[in-house]
Amino acid sequence: MATSAITHSLPASSGPAHTLRIFCKETKYEFLKLMRTRSFSLAIIGFPIMFYVLFGIANRNSYTGGVHIAKYMLGGYACFGLIGAALFGIGVGLAGELAAGWLELKRASPMPASAYLFAKCASAVAFGLIIVSVLATIAVSFGGVSLTAVELIKMLGITMAGSVAFASMGLLLALIVPANAATGIVNLIYLPMSFLSGLWVPIRFMPHWLQNFAPALPTYHLSQLMLHIFGYGDSMSLSAHWNTLIGFTLLMLGLSWLIFHRKEQKA
Amino acid sequence: MPLSVVAFETEPSAATPAIEPTQPVATLTNITKRFGATVALDGLSLALRPGEIVALLGPNGAGKSTAIKILLGLSAPTSGIGQVFGANPRSATTRTRVGAMLQTTRISEMLRVREHLDLFRSYYPCPLTVAEIHRIAQLHGIEDRLFGQLSGGQKQRTLFALAFCGNPDLIFLDEPTVGLDIESRRALWQQIRFLSAQGKTILLTTHYLEEADSLAHRIIVINKGRVISEGTPAEIKRSSGGRTIRCQTRLSREFLSTLPSVTSVVPTETCVTVVASDAETVVREMLLRDETLSDLEVTSPALEDAFLALTQRS
Repeated sequence: MATSAITHSLPASSGPAHTLRIFCKETKYEFLKLMRTRSFSLAIIGFPIMFYVLFGIANRNSYTGGVHIAKYMLGGYACFGLIGAALFGIGVGLAGELAAGWLELKRASPMPASAYLFAKCASAVAFGLIIVSVLATIAVSFGGVSLTAVELIKMLGITMAGSVAFASMGLLLALIVPANAATGIVNLIYLPMSFLSGLWVPIRFMPHWLQNFAPALPTYHLSQLMLHIFGYGDSMSLSAHWNTLIGFTLLMLGLSWLIFHRKEQKA
Repeated sequence: MPLSVVAFETEPSAATPAIEPTQPVATLTNITKRFGATVALDGLSLALRPGEIVALLGPNGAGKSTAIKILLGLSAPTSGIGQVFGANPRSATTRTRVGAMLQTTRISEMLRVREHLDLFRSYYPCPLTVAEIHRIAQLHGIEDRLFGQLSGGQKQRTLFALAFCGNPDLIFLDEPTVGLDIESRRALWQQIRFLSAQGKTILLTTHYLEEADSLAHRIIVINKGRVISEGTPAEIKRSSGGRTIRCQTRLSREFLSTLPSVTSVVPTETCVTVVASDAETVVREMLLRDETLSDLEVTSPALEDAFLALTQRS
Protein backbone atom coordinates (compact mmCIF):
# COMPACT_ATOMS: atom_id res chain seq x y z
CA MET A 1 0.00 0.00 0.00
CA ALA A 2 1.51 3.30 -1.09
CA THR A 3 1.67 5.88 1.64
CA SER A 4 3.36 8.70 -0.21
CA ALA A 5 2.16 10.69 -3.16
CA ILE A 6 4.74 9.26 -5.51
CA THR A 7 4.12 5.98 -7.27
CA HIS A 8 6.85 3.61 -6.25
CA SER A 9 6.04 0.68 -8.44
CA LEU A 10 3.82 -0.23 -11.29
CA PRO A 11 0.70 -2.32 -10.82
CA ALA A 12 1.14 -6.06 -10.75
CA SER A 13 -0.62 -6.42 -14.07
CA SER A 14 2.17 -4.73 -16.00
CA GLY A 15 5.26 -6.77 -16.75
CA PRO A 16 8.98 -6.02 -16.58
CA ALA A 17 8.96 -5.25 -20.30
CA HIS A 18 6.47 -2.47 -19.69
CA THR A 19 8.56 -1.07 -16.85
CA LEU A 20 11.71 -1.22 -18.95
CA ARG A 21 9.97 0.64 -21.73
CA ILE A 22 8.99 3.42 -19.34
CA PHE A 23 12.55 3.70 -18.02
CA CYS A 24 13.94 3.86 -21.57
CA LYS A 25 11.44 6.44 -22.78
CA GLU A 26 11.81 8.57 -19.69
CA THR A 27 15.61 8.56 -20.09
CA LYS A 28 15.47 9.22 -23.82
CA TYR A 29 13.18 12.22 -23.44
CA GLU A 30 15.07 13.61 -20.47
CA PHE A 31 18.27 13.50 -22.51
CA LEU A 32 16.60 15.03 -25.58
CA LYS A 33 15.13 17.76 -23.45
CA LEU A 34 18.51 18.66 -21.96
CA MET A 35 20.22 18.52 -25.34
CA ARG A 36 17.65 20.81 -26.89
CA THR A 37 17.97 23.34 -24.08
CA ARG A 38 20.86 25.10 -25.76
CA SER A 39 21.54 27.33 -22.79
CA PHE A 40 22.34 24.19 -20.86
CA SER A 41 23.89 21.83 -23.38
CA LEU A 42 26.19 24.31 -25.09
CA ALA A 43 27.44 25.75 -21.81
CA ILE A 44 27.89 22.48 -20.00
CA ILE A 45 29.88 20.90 -22.84
CA GLY A 46 31.42 24.12 -24.04
CA PHE A 47 32.97 25.52 -20.87
CA PRO A 48 35.25 22.63 -19.97
CA ILE A 49 36.33 22.40 -23.61
CA MET A 50 36.99 26.11 -23.75
CA PHE A 51 39.01 26.10 -20.54
CA TYR A 52 40.97 23.08 -21.61
CA VAL A 53 41.74 24.55 -25.00
CA LEU A 54 42.86 27.80 -23.37
CA PHE A 55 44.93 26.38 -20.53
CA GLY A 56 45.56 22.75 -21.29
CA ILE A 57 46.64 22.94 -24.90
CA ALA A 58 48.93 25.81 -24.08
CA ASN A 59 50.78 23.49 -21.74
CA ARG A 60 51.17 20.64 -24.15
CA ASN A 61 54.89 20.67 -23.84
CA SER A 62 55.16 21.50 -20.16
CA TYR A 63 56.24 18.93 -17.67
CA THR A 64 56.93 19.34 -13.98
CA GLY A 65 58.44 16.53 -12.02
CA GLY A 66 57.23 13.81 -14.36
CA VAL A 67 53.73 15.23 -14.65
CA HIS A 68 52.52 16.21 -18.10
CA ILE A 69 50.56 19.38 -17.43
CA ALA A 70 48.17 18.93 -20.32
CA LYS A 71 47.34 15.44 -19.13
CA TYR A 72 46.94 16.64 -15.54
CA MET A 73 44.53 19.28 -16.74
CA LEU A 74 42.60 16.70 -18.74
CA GLY A 75 41.87 14.92 -15.48
CA GLY A 76 40.94 18.14 -13.74
CA TYR A 77 38.68 19.53 -16.42
CA ALA A 78 37.04 16.17 -17.02
CA CYS A 79 35.91 16.24 -13.41
CA PHE A 80 34.93 19.88 -13.65
CA GLY A 81 32.75 19.11 -16.68
CA LEU A 82 31.01 16.04 -15.37
CA ILE A 83 30.27 17.66 -12.01
CA GLY A 84 28.78 20.69 -13.75
CA ALA A 85 26.60 18.47 -15.93
CA ALA A 86 25.21 16.68 -12.87
CA LEU A 87 24.69 19.77 -10.70
CA PHE A 88 23.13 21.93 -13.37
CA GLY A 89 21.25 19.24 -15.20
CA ILE A 90 19.66 17.89 -12.09
CA GLY A 91 19.97 20.69 -9.54
CA VAL A 92 18.61 23.42 -11.74
CA GLY A 93 16.48 21.20 -13.99
CA LEU A 94 14.64 19.43 -11.21
CA ALA A 95 14.15 22.62 -9.22
CA GLY A 96 12.56 24.23 -12.26
CA GLU A 97 10.29 21.26 -12.88
CA LEU A 98 9.20 21.17 -9.26
CA ALA A 99 8.26 24.83 -9.41
CA ALA A 100 6.44 24.59 -12.72
CA GLY A 101 3.95 21.96 -11.66
CA TRP A 102 5.26 19.58 -14.30
CA LEU A 103 6.34 17.18 -11.61
CA GLU A 104 2.90 17.33 -10.01
CA LEU A 105 1.31 16.12 -13.23
CA LYS A 106 3.80 13.28 -13.49
CA ARG A 107 3.27 12.34 -9.85
CA ALA A 108 -0.46 12.13 -10.43
CA SER A 109 0.23 9.77 -13.34
CA PRO A 110 1.20 6.10 -13.04
CA MET A 111 4.82 6.96 -13.75
CA PRO A 112 7.00 5.31 -11.10
CA ALA A 113 9.25 7.83 -9.37
CA SER A 114 12.22 5.54 -9.86
CA ALA A 115 11.88 5.94 -13.64
CA TYR A 116 12.06 9.70 -13.30
CA LEU A 117 15.07 9.66 -10.98
CA PHE A 118 16.85 7.06 -13.08
CA ALA A 119 16.27 9.14 -16.21
CA LYS A 120 17.76 12.22 -14.58
CA CYS A 121 20.77 10.31 -13.32
CA ALA A 122 21.33 8.49 -16.61
CA SER A 123 21.18 11.79 -18.50
CA ALA A 124 23.76 13.29 -16.16
CA VAL A 125 25.98 10.25 -16.78
CA ALA A 126 25.45 10.58 -20.55
CA PHE A 127 26.48 14.22 -20.54
CA GLY A 128 29.46 13.40 -18.36
CA LEU A 129 30.61 10.74 -20.79
CA ILE A 130 30.17 13.09 -23.73
CA ILE A 131 32.20 15.82 -22.07
CA VAL A 132 35.02 13.53 -21.04
CA SER A 133 35.17 11.85 -24.44
CA VAL A 134 35.39 15.18 -26.23
CA LEU A 135 38.05 16.42 -23.83
CA ALA A 136 40.07 13.25 -24.24
CA THR A 137 39.87 13.54 -28.02
CA ILE A 138 41.05 17.13 -27.92
CA ALA A 139 43.83 16.27 -25.49
CA VAL A 140 45.13 13.45 -27.63
CA SER A 141 44.75 15.34 -30.91
CA PHE A 142 46.01 18.77 -29.94
CA GLY A 143 47.43 18.52 -26.47
CA GLY A 144 50.09 16.00 -27.18
CA VAL A 145 48.67 13.83 -24.48
CA SER A 146 49.29 10.12 -24.71
CA LEU A 147 46.34 8.16 -23.42
CA THR A 148 46.14 4.40 -23.43
CA ALA A 149 42.87 2.62 -24.09
CA VAL A 150 42.85 1.27 -20.54
CA GLU A 151 43.29 4.76 -19.15
CA LEU A 152 40.42 6.04 -21.25
CA ILE A 153 38.13 3.24 -20.14
CA LYS A 154 39.02 3.88 -16.51
CA MET A 155 38.33 7.57 -17.03
CA LEU A 156 34.89 6.81 -18.40
CA GLY A 157 34.23 4.50 -15.47
CA ILE A 158 35.19 7.16 -12.93
CA THR A 159 33.04 9.60 -14.91
CA MET A 160 30.01 7.40 -14.43
CA ALA A 161 30.66 7.04 -10.71
CA GLY A 162 31.26 10.76 -10.29
CA SER A 163 28.11 11.64 -12.23
CA VAL A 164 26.02 9.48 -9.92
CA ALA A 165 27.63 11.00 -6.83
CA PHE A 166 27.01 14.56 -7.91
CA ALA A 167 23.60 13.73 -9.29
CA SER A 168 22.64 12.93 -5.72
CA MET A 169 23.98 16.32 -4.65
CA GLY A 170 21.94 17.92 -7.44
CA LEU A 171 18.87 16.13 -6.12
CA LEU A 172 19.38 17.55 -2.64
CA LEU A 173 19.95 21.05 -3.99
CA ALA A 174 16.77 20.87 -6.08
CA LEU A 175 14.80 19.98 -3.00
CA ILE A 176 16.09 22.73 -0.76
CA VAL A 177 16.84 25.60 -3.14
CA PRO A 178 14.03 27.75 -4.61
CA ALA A 179 13.85 27.38 -8.37
CA ASN A 180 14.66 30.92 -9.42
CA ALA A 181 17.74 31.00 -7.19
CA ALA A 182 18.93 27.57 -8.26
CA THR A 183 21.36 28.63 -11.01
CA GLY A 184 22.99 31.24 -8.82
CA ILE A 185 23.34 29.01 -5.79
CA VAL A 186 24.66 26.08 -7.79
CA ASN A 187 27.31 28.38 -9.28
CA LEU A 188 28.24 29.69 -5.85
CA ILE A 189 28.83 26.16 -4.67
CA TYR A 190 30.27 24.61 -7.81
CA LEU A 191 32.90 27.17 -8.75
CA PRO A 192 34.65 27.64 -5.40
CA MET A 193 34.41 23.92 -4.73
CA SER A 194 36.10 23.17 -8.07
CA PHE A 195 38.82 25.70 -7.50
CA LEU A 196 39.58 24.60 -3.96
CA SER A 197 39.80 20.98 -5.05
CA GLY A 198 42.55 21.75 -7.48
CA LEU A 199 40.53 21.09 -10.63
CA TRP A 200 41.96 24.15 -12.33
CA VAL A 201 45.23 24.68 -10.55
CA PRO A 202 46.91 21.85 -8.59
CA ILE A 203 46.48 22.53 -4.90
CA ARG A 204 50.15 22.53 -4.16
CA PHE A 205 50.40 25.84 -5.95
CA MET A 206 47.85 27.36 -3.60
CA PRO A 207 48.56 28.94 -0.22
CA HIS A 208 48.66 26.42 2.61
CA TRP A 209 45.57 27.63 4.37
CA LEU A 210 43.52 27.12 1.18
CA GLN A 211 44.99 23.68 0.64
CA ASN A 212 43.41 22.49 3.87
CA PHE A 213 39.93 22.73 2.41
CA ALA A 214 40.56 20.16 -0.25
CA PRO A 215 40.22 16.86 1.65
CA ALA A 216 36.83 17.99 2.93
CA LEU A 217 35.48 18.41 -0.57
CA PRO A 218 33.99 15.53 -2.55
CA THR A 219 35.23 17.13 -5.76
CA TYR A 220 38.79 16.76 -4.52
CA HIS A 221 38.34 13.06 -3.93
CA LEU A 222 36.79 12.55 -7.34
CA SER A 223 39.63 14.37 -9.04
CA GLN A 224 42.18 12.30 -7.13
CA LEU A 225 40.48 9.12 -8.34
CA MET A 226 40.73 10.45 -11.87
CA LEU A 227 44.36 11.51 -11.52
CA HIS A 228 45.35 8.21 -9.97
CA ILE A 229 44.64 6.61 -13.33
CA PHE A 230 47.56 8.57 -14.76
CA GLY A 231 49.66 8.06 -11.68
CA TYR A 232 49.36 11.74 -10.73
CA GLY A 233 47.39 11.24 -7.54
CA ASP A 234 48.24 12.28 -3.98
CA SER A 235 49.49 10.09 -1.17
CA MET A 236 46.08 9.14 0.18
CA SER A 237 44.97 5.61 -0.60
CA LEU A 238 42.46 4.96 -3.33
CA SER A 239 40.04 3.29 -0.94
CA ALA A 240 40.04 6.39 1.27
CA HIS A 241 38.96 8.45 -1.75
CA TRP A 242 36.31 5.93 -2.75
CA ASN A 243 34.94 5.72 0.77
CA THR A 244 34.64 9.48 1.03
CA LEU A 245 32.87 9.71 -2.31
CA ILE A 246 30.48 6.88 -1.50
CA GLY A 247 29.82 8.29 1.96
CA PHE A 248 29.10 11.66 0.43
CA THR A 249 26.65 10.12 -2.04
CA LEU A 250 24.83 8.26 0.70
CA LEU A 251 24.67 11.41 2.80
CA MET A 252 23.16 13.37 -0.08
CA LEU A 253 20.63 10.64 -0.79
CA GLY A 254 19.73 10.30 2.87
CA LEU A 255 19.16 14.02 3.33
CA SER A 256 17.13 14.16 0.12
CA TRP A 257 14.94 11.35 1.37
CA LEU A 258 14.34 13.10 4.69
CA ILE A 259 13.54 16.44 3.11
CA PHE A 260 11.28 14.88 0.53
CA HIS A 261 9.31 13.05 3.19
CA ARG A 262 8.98 16.17 5.29
CA LYS A 263 7.61 18.01 2.24
CA GLU A 264 5.21 15.14 1.58
CA GLN A 265 3.80 15.31 5.07
CA LYS A 266 3.11 18.97 4.75
CA ALA A 267 1.42 18.52 1.37
CA MET B 1 -2.03 -21.28 -33.00
CA PRO B 2 -3.81 -23.71 -30.68
CA LEU B 3 -7.34 -22.74 -29.74
CA SER B 4 -6.64 -23.06 -26.04
CA VAL B 5 -4.02 -20.32 -26.15
CA VAL B 6 -6.42 -17.97 -27.89
CA ALA B 7 -9.13 -18.79 -25.38
CA PHE B 8 -6.80 -18.03 -22.48
CA GLU B 9 -5.82 -14.66 -23.85
CA THR B 10 -9.39 -13.51 -24.22
CA GLU B 11 -10.34 -14.21 -20.61
CA PRO B 12 -11.06 -10.99 -18.72
CA SER B 13 -8.39 -9.94 -16.30
CA ALA B 14 -9.32 -10.79 -12.74
CA ALA B 15 -7.14 -8.02 -11.36
CA THR B 16 -9.46 -5.14 -12.18
CA PRO B 17 -12.74 -5.33 -10.26
CA ALA B 18 -15.73 -4.25 -12.31
CA ILE B 19 -17.50 -1.20 -10.99
CA GLU B 20 -21.23 -1.72 -10.63
CA PRO B 21 -23.31 0.98 -12.27
CA THR B 22 -24.51 2.38 -8.97
CA GLN B 23 -21.24 2.27 -7.08
CA PRO B 24 -19.46 5.60 -6.95
CA VAL B 25 -16.26 5.94 -8.91
CA ALA B 26 -14.66 8.26 -6.40
CA THR B 27 -15.62 9.43 -2.94
CA LEU B 28 -14.45 11.92 -0.39
CA THR B 29 -15.92 11.09 3.00
CA ASN B 30 -15.88 13.73 5.69
CA ILE B 31 -12.52 15.11 4.62
CA THR B 32 -10.78 17.66 6.77
CA LYS B 33 -7.51 19.15 5.55
CA ARG B 34 -5.47 21.59 7.56
CA PHE B 35 -2.37 23.47 6.48
CA GLY B 36 -1.02 24.70 9.78
CA ALA B 37 -3.72 26.97 11.14
CA THR B 38 -5.69 27.22 7.90
CA VAL B 39 -8.56 24.83 7.39
CA ALA B 40 -8.82 24.19 3.67
CA LEU B 41 -11.47 21.47 3.79
CA ASP B 42 -13.92 21.15 6.65
CA GLY B 43 -15.89 17.92 6.67
CA LEU B 44 -16.27 17.75 2.90
CA SER B 45 -18.06 14.79 1.38
CA LEU B 46 -18.78 14.13 -2.25
CA ALA B 47 -19.22 11.19 -4.60
CA LEU B 48 -18.73 10.81 -8.33
CA ARG B 49 -20.90 8.32 -10.16
CA PRO B 50 -19.84 6.49 -13.30
CA GLY B 51 -20.33 8.27 -16.59
CA GLU B 52 -21.32 11.65 -15.24
CA ILE B 53 -19.77 15.07 -15.73
CA VAL B 54 -19.59 16.87 -12.41
CA ALA B 55 -18.70 20.54 -12.12
CA LEU B 56 -17.11 21.65 -8.88
CA LEU B 57 -17.87 25.32 -8.31
CA GLY B 58 -16.77 27.65 -5.62
CA PRO B 59 -15.12 30.99 -5.03
CA ASN B 60 -11.34 31.25 -4.84
CA GLY B 61 -10.03 29.60 -1.73
CA ALA B 62 -13.10 27.40 -1.35
CA GLY B 63 -11.03 24.23 -1.43
CA LYS B 64 -11.63 22.96 -4.96
CA SER B 65 -7.98 22.40 -5.81
CA THR B 66 -7.33 20.80 -2.42
CA ALA B 67 -10.21 18.37 -2.93
CA ILE B 68 -8.88 17.43 -6.37
CA LYS B 69 -5.35 16.96 -5.04
CA ILE B 70 -6.67 14.52 -2.46
CA LEU B 71 -8.55 12.59 -5.13
CA LEU B 72 -5.41 12.52 -7.26
CA GLY B 73 -3.38 11.22 -4.36
CA LEU B 74 -1.10 14.25 -4.36
CA SER B 75 -2.15 15.21 -0.88
CA ALA B 76 -3.32 13.30 2.16
CA PRO B 77 -6.32 14.44 4.22
CA THR B 78 -5.82 15.36 7.86
CA SER B 79 -8.87 13.22 8.60
CA GLY B 80 -11.48 11.44 6.54
CA ILE B 81 -11.13 9.01 3.66
CA GLY B 82 -10.66 9.59 -0.03
CA GLN B 83 -11.23 6.66 -2.33
CA VAL B 84 -10.97 6.23 -6.07
CA PHE B 85 -12.32 3.03 -7.65
CA GLY B 86 -12.74 1.70 -4.16
CA ALA B 87 -9.03 1.97 -3.43
CA ASN B 88 -6.36 4.33 -2.18
CA PRO B 89 -5.87 7.11 -4.75
CA ARG B 90 -2.13 6.75 -4.26
CA SER B 91 -1.89 3.18 -5.46
CA ALA B 92 -0.32 2.59 -8.83
CA THR B 93 -3.27 0.52 -10.06
CA THR B 94 -5.69 3.35 -9.32
CA ARG B 95 -3.49 5.82 -11.16
CA THR B 96 -3.62 3.79 -14.34
CA ARG B 97 -7.34 4.52 -14.50
CA VAL B 98 -7.09 8.24 -13.79
CA GLY B 99 -6.05 11.18 -15.97
CA ALA B 100 -5.66 14.82 -15.03
CA MET B 101 -5.31 18.28 -16.52
CA LEU B 102 -3.98 20.65 -13.88
CA GLN B 103 -4.03 24.39 -14.26
CA THR B 104 -0.59 25.41 -13.13
CA THR B 105 1.23 23.04 -15.41
CA ARG B 106 4.04 24.41 -17.49
CA ILE B 107 5.29 21.26 -19.06
CA SER B 108 8.65 20.92 -20.71
CA GLU B 109 8.90 23.33 -23.60
CA MET B 110 11.69 21.39 -25.22
CA LEU B 111 9.73 18.30 -26.11
CA ARG B 112 7.47 17.96 -29.11
CA VAL B 113 3.75 17.33 -28.73
CA ARG B 114 4.03 13.77 -29.99
CA GLU B 115 6.95 13.13 -27.65
CA HIS B 116 4.93 14.28 -24.64
CA LEU B 117 2.12 12.00 -25.77
CA ASP B 118 4.49 9.10 -26.35
CA LEU B 119 5.89 9.43 -22.85
CA PHE B 120 2.54 9.73 -21.09
CA ARG B 121 0.99 6.94 -23.11
CA SER B 122 3.78 4.63 -21.99
CA TYR B 123 2.70 4.94 -18.36
CA TYR B 124 -0.68 3.35 -19.00
CA PRO B 125 -1.39 -0.31 -19.77
CA CYS B 126 -3.97 0.30 -22.51
CA PRO B 127 -3.57 3.79 -23.94
CA LEU B 128 -5.51 5.15 -26.88
CA THR B 129 -3.85 5.04 -30.28
CA VAL B 130 -1.93 8.11 -31.36
CA ALA B 131 -4.30 8.68 -34.28
CA GLU B 132 -7.30 8.58 -31.95
CA ILE B 133 -5.73 11.07 -29.54
CA HIS B 134 -4.88 13.45 -32.36
CA ARG B 135 -8.41 13.21 -33.64
CA ILE B 136 -10.15 13.83 -30.33
CA ALA B 137 -7.89 16.64 -29.16
CA GLN B 138 -7.52 18.10 -32.65
CA LEU B 139 -3.76 18.03 -32.65
CA HIS B 140 -3.39 17.65 -36.42
CA GLY B 141 -0.62 19.81 -37.74
CA ILE B 142 1.05 20.50 -34.42
CA GLU B 143 2.33 17.04 -33.51
CA ASP B 144 5.91 17.89 -34.38
CA ARG B 145 6.04 21.30 -32.79
CA LEU B 146 7.93 21.93 -29.59
CA PHE B 147 5.56 22.62 -26.75
CA GLY B 148 7.15 26.02 -26.23
CA GLN B 149 6.21 27.04 -29.76
CA LEU B 150 2.49 26.41 -29.37
CA SER B 151 -0.18 29.04 -28.91
CA GLY B 152 -2.22 29.14 -25.71
CA GLY B 153 -5.09 27.20 -27.18
CA GLN B 154 -2.80 24.57 -28.66
CA LYS B 155 -1.09 24.13 -25.30
CA GLN B 156 -4.44 23.59 -23.60
CA ARG B 157 -5.38 20.99 -26.20
CA THR B 158 -2.10 19.19 -25.65
CA LEU B 159 -2.54 19.20 -21.88
CA PHE B 160 -6.06 17.91 -22.40
CA ALA B 161 -4.70 15.15 -24.62
CA LEU B 162 -2.29 14.13 -21.85
CA ALA B 163 -5.27 13.83 -19.52
CA PHE B 164 -7.09 11.26 -21.62
CA CYS B 165 -4.30 9.64 -23.65
CA GLY B 166 -4.11 6.70 -21.28
CA ASN B 167 -7.81 5.96 -21.77
CA PRO B 168 -8.60 6.47 -18.09
CA ASP B 169 -12.02 5.92 -16.58
CA LEU B 170 -11.87 9.05 -14.45
CA ILE B 171 -10.60 12.42 -15.65
CA PHE B 172 -9.95 15.56 -13.62
CA LEU B 173 -10.01 18.86 -15.47
CA ASP B 174 -8.92 21.84 -13.41
CA GLU B 175 -10.08 24.99 -15.22
CA PRO B 176 -9.65 23.46 -18.67
CA THR B 177 -10.72 26.44 -20.77
CA VAL B 178 -8.92 29.26 -19.02
CA GLY B 179 -7.64 31.77 -21.54
CA LEU B 180 -9.25 30.15 -24.55
CA ASP B 181 -11.29 32.03 -27.12
CA ILE B 182 -14.93 31.16 -27.67
CA GLU B 183 -14.26 28.82 -30.58
CA SER B 184 -11.60 26.83 -28.75
CA ARG B 185 -13.74 26.68 -25.63
CA ARG B 186 -16.73 25.31 -27.51
CA ALA B 187 -14.48 22.80 -29.27
CA LEU B 188 -13.09 21.59 -25.94
CA TRP B 189 -16.62 21.23 -24.58
CA GLN B 190 -17.43 19.00 -27.55
CA GLN B 191 -14.38 16.89 -26.77
CA ILE B 192 -15.37 16.62 -23.11
CA ARG B 193 -18.90 15.56 -24.07
CA PHE B 194 -17.42 12.98 -26.43
CA LEU B 195 -15.34 11.44 -23.64
CA SER B 196 -18.30 11.43 -21.31
CA ALA B 197 -20.42 9.69 -23.92
CA GLN B 198 -17.88 6.89 -23.87
CA GLY B 199 -18.68 6.26 -20.23
CA LYS B 200 -15.86 8.17 -18.61
CA THR B 201 -16.46 10.09 -15.42
CA ILE B 202 -15.27 13.68 -15.50
CA LEU B 203 -14.80 16.12 -12.64
CA LEU B 204 -14.15 19.65 -13.74
CA THR B 205 -13.60 22.86 -11.85
CA THR B 206 -14.33 26.14 -13.52
CA HIS B 207 -15.06 29.78 -12.92
CA TYR B 208 -17.10 29.99 -16.11
CA LEU B 209 -20.61 29.26 -14.89
CA GLU B 210 -21.81 28.97 -18.45
CA GLU B 211 -19.40 26.08 -18.81
CA ALA B 212 -20.80 24.30 -15.76
CA ASP B 213 -24.33 24.99 -16.91
CA SER B 214 -23.65 23.67 -20.38
CA LEU B 215 -21.53 20.61 -19.64
CA ALA B 216 -22.35 19.27 -16.22
CA HIS B 217 -24.88 16.61 -15.34
CA ARG B 218 -24.42 17.63 -11.75
CA ILE B 219 -23.00 20.65 -9.97
CA ILE B 220 -21.41 20.66 -6.53
CA VAL B 221 -20.98 24.10 -4.98
CA ILE B 222 -18.39 24.37 -2.24
CA ASN B 223 -17.39 27.28 -0.08
CA LYS B 224 -15.00 27.52 2.87
CA GLY B 225 -14.20 23.83 2.59
CA ARG B 226 -17.73 22.42 2.72
CA VAL B 227 -20.37 21.45 0.20
CA ILE B 228 -23.14 24.02 0.32
CA SER B 229 -25.26 22.82 -2.56
CA GLU B 230 -25.50 19.90 -4.91
CA GLY B 231 -27.79 19.11 -7.80
CA THR B 232 -28.41 19.35 -11.52
CA PRO B 233 -27.89 22.81 -13.05
CA ALA B 234 -31.64 23.26 -13.22
CA GLU B 235 -32.07 22.37 -9.56
CA ILE B 236 -29.34 24.75 -8.48
CA LYS B 237 -30.85 27.56 -10.49
CA ARG B 238 -34.30 26.88 -9.14
CA SER B 239 -32.98 26.88 -5.59
CA SER B 240 -32.08 30.55 -5.83
CA GLY B 241 -35.67 31.64 -5.89
CA GLY B 242 -37.53 30.61 -8.98
CA ARG B 243 -38.10 31.74 -12.51
CA THR B 244 -38.84 35.16 -13.86
CA ILE B 245 -42.05 35.92 -15.76
CA ARG B 246 -42.11 39.15 -17.69
CA CYS B 247 -45.13 40.38 -19.64
CA GLN B 248 -47.48 43.22 -20.32
CA THR B 249 -50.71 42.75 -18.43
CA ARG B 250 -53.50 44.73 -16.94
CA LEU B 251 -53.59 42.51 -13.85
CA SER B 252 -52.90 44.47 -10.71
CA ARG B 253 -49.82 44.06 -8.58
CA GLU B 254 -51.89 43.11 -5.56
CA PHE B 255 -53.62 40.33 -7.43
CA LEU B 256 -50.36 38.96 -8.81
CA SER B 257 -48.88 38.84 -5.31
CA THR B 258 -51.66 36.54 -4.19
CA LEU B 259 -50.92 33.90 -6.82
CA PRO B 260 -49.34 30.70 -5.43
CA SER B 261 -45.52 30.54 -5.17
CA VAL B 262 -45.01 34.17 -6.22
CA THR B 263 -42.08 35.71 -4.34
CA SER B 264 -41.91 39.16 -5.89
CA VAL B 265 -43.83 41.45 -8.24
CA VAL B 266 -42.07 44.42 -9.78
CA PRO B 267 -44.13 46.60 -12.09
CA THR B 268 -42.36 49.01 -14.44
CA GLU B 269 -43.73 51.38 -17.04
CA THR B 270 -43.66 48.86 -19.86
CA CYS B 271 -44.17 45.53 -18.16
CA VAL B 272 -44.39 43.66 -14.92
CA THR B 273 -41.79 41.23 -13.65
CA VAL B 274 -43.04 38.39 -11.48
CA VAL B 275 -40.71 35.93 -9.77
CA ALA B 276 -42.28 32.61 -8.88
CA SER B 277 -40.95 29.14 -8.18
CA ASP B 278 -43.88 27.42 -9.86
CA ALA B 279 -43.90 29.48 -13.04
CA GLU B 280 -46.32 27.27 -14.98
CA THR B 281 -49.17 27.64 -12.49
CA VAL B 282 -48.72 31.39 -12.31
CA VAL B 283 -48.60 31.81 -16.09
CA ARG B 284 -51.65 29.58 -16.52
CA GLU B 285 -53.56 31.69 -14.00
CA MET B 286 -52.44 34.97 -15.59
CA LEU B 287 -53.41 33.84 -19.10
CA LEU B 288 -56.81 32.76 -17.81
CA ARG B 289 -57.46 36.07 -16.10
CA ASP B 290 -56.09 38.42 -18.74
CA GLU B 291 -56.74 37.77 -22.42
CA THR B 292 -54.80 40.89 -23.38
CA LEU B 293 -51.59 39.61 -21.84
CA SER B 294 -48.68 40.06 -24.28
CA ASP B 295 -44.89 39.93 -24.63
CA LEU B 296 -44.74 36.92 -22.35
CA GLU B 297 -41.21 35.83 -21.40
CA VAL B 298 -40.28 33.14 -18.89
CA THR B 299 -36.63 32.88 -17.99
CA SER B 300 -34.68 30.71 -15.62
CA PRO B 301 -32.40 32.56 -13.27
CA ALA B 302 -28.83 32.72 -14.39
CA LEU B 303 -26.60 30.19 -12.74
CA GLU B 304 -24.47 33.14 -11.71
CA ASP B 305 -27.25 34.56 -9.59
CA ALA B 306 -27.90 31.21 -7.98
CA PHE B 307 -24.22 30.74 -7.34
CA LEU B 308 -23.78 34.18 -5.83
CA ALA B 309 -26.85 33.71 -3.68
CA LEU B 310 -25.56 30.40 -2.41
CA THR B 311 -22.03 31.55 -1.66
CA GLN B 312 -23.07 34.80 -0.05
CA ARG B 313 -25.52 33.00 2.15
CA SER B 314 -22.95 30.56 3.56
